[in-house]
Amino acid sequence: MTLSAADFAFVAALVRRESAIVLGPGKEYLVEARLIPVARQAGAASVSEFLAMIQRNPDPEAQRKIVDALTTNETSWFRDQDPFTALTKHVLPELIQARAASKHIRLWSAACSSGQEPYSMAIALREAMPAGWTYEIFATDISGEMIERAKRGEFTQVEVNRGLPVQKLVHNFERVGAHWRVVPALRSVVTFQRMNIAGPLPNLPPFDVIFLRNVLIYFDLETKRSVLRNVGRLLRPDGWLFLGASETTIGIDDNYERVVAGRASAYRLKSAVPAGTAGKE
Amino acid sequence: MLAIVIDDSRAMRLILRRILGQIGFDVVEAEDGQAALDLLAGMEKKPELALIDWNMPNMNGLKFVTAARNSPDLREMTLVMVTTESEQSQIVRALAAGAHEYVIKPFTSGAIVEKLALLGLVPSGASL
Repeated sequence: MTLSAADFAFVAALVRRESAIVLGPGKEYLVEARLIPVARQAGAASVSEFLAMIQRNPDPEAQRKIVDALTTNETSWFRDQDPFTALTKHVLPELIQARAASKHIRLWSAACSSGQEPYSMAIALREAMPAGWTYEIFATDISGEMIERAKRGEFTQVEVNRGLPVQKLVHNFERVGAHWRVVPALRSVVTFQRMNIAGPLPNLPPFDVIFLRNVLIYFDLETKRSVLRNVGRLLRPDGWLFLGASETTIGIDDNYERVVAGRASAYRLKSAVPAGTAGKE
Repeated sequence: MLAIVIDDSRAMRLILRRILGQIGFDVVEAEDGQAALDLLAGMEKKPELALIDWNMPNMNGLKFVTAARNSPDLREMTLVMVTTESEQSQIVRALAAGAHEYVIKPFTSGAIVEKLALLGLVPSGASL
């Protein structure tokens, strides 16, 4: 059941075009495994047959499903812990000082998958922000299916076991049948929207904190550079960018500097870059 | 580190023993709360961790948690319920009785490791 080189090249080109994610050699098995359910749903006997159908009659809906299936959606609550500890112990106290006039902050979860990251942010803010403050969390993902799931805010027993302290479960979720649903007070602070982070980004008011974790690893250097540049335009001058533990801006975009926040690293825009300097747009 | 797994299902005890073994725990087992209290009474070095099922004969997990929290010898032990009891009110009861964490069955091995990491019982980043 191995994919032909031509089929793999077709899928890789499609995914590359729609998401900028590069599927290198050796990912044939992953592609086949992820596409089997999509092929079955479309009534095809095999992934090859499914791909032949798509190539004969290009179908945007089927193409979107392929991209959805191949963009990573693995996630857990407070994933990796350290960035969330940095958020509550370092970043929020500083923002509470810096935004004392407006008493409002904006955060962005830029690859929110099924919603664990933005809801984890919402839980952290609910616990950390003083009375009288307002906050909003913008959550985006390349996968339309994931966005629809995340909006519902419903999670299985298996999902709520993953990294979510039980005190936070009982305070922030309610049982709905066999599932757990995020309480309305938390759902109301998160806005979900499908977005390709590697494409042109819409004009949005700037963010105080951006989580862009475990996304850059899928892109080639040029795409990484363009994503960091575009994201930087939406980050407030004294804002904070969090990347995945194995990701960095170093050697990719000199407009950022790495700062240590507890056990995590964060990235901030260099303040003292004179106008007109190379690399600054 | 030493852990006790308290569950009346032999299969479940084996699964939990294997997961704990992979992150460096030595494991002892008991098939209900009373058997666990008896076993612990005879142990000079008490376990740092107990994984406790809820529904068991003789003494259930909730009663064991209450007994452990009231025992000066066992006060340092971290108590994690691992159970199919998934009603919010039941979870709140277990926490009120003194459980530190709660894992709902079915679970993945990663879920156990992550919960123990939250409790500071495995190095951050340990995974299976």
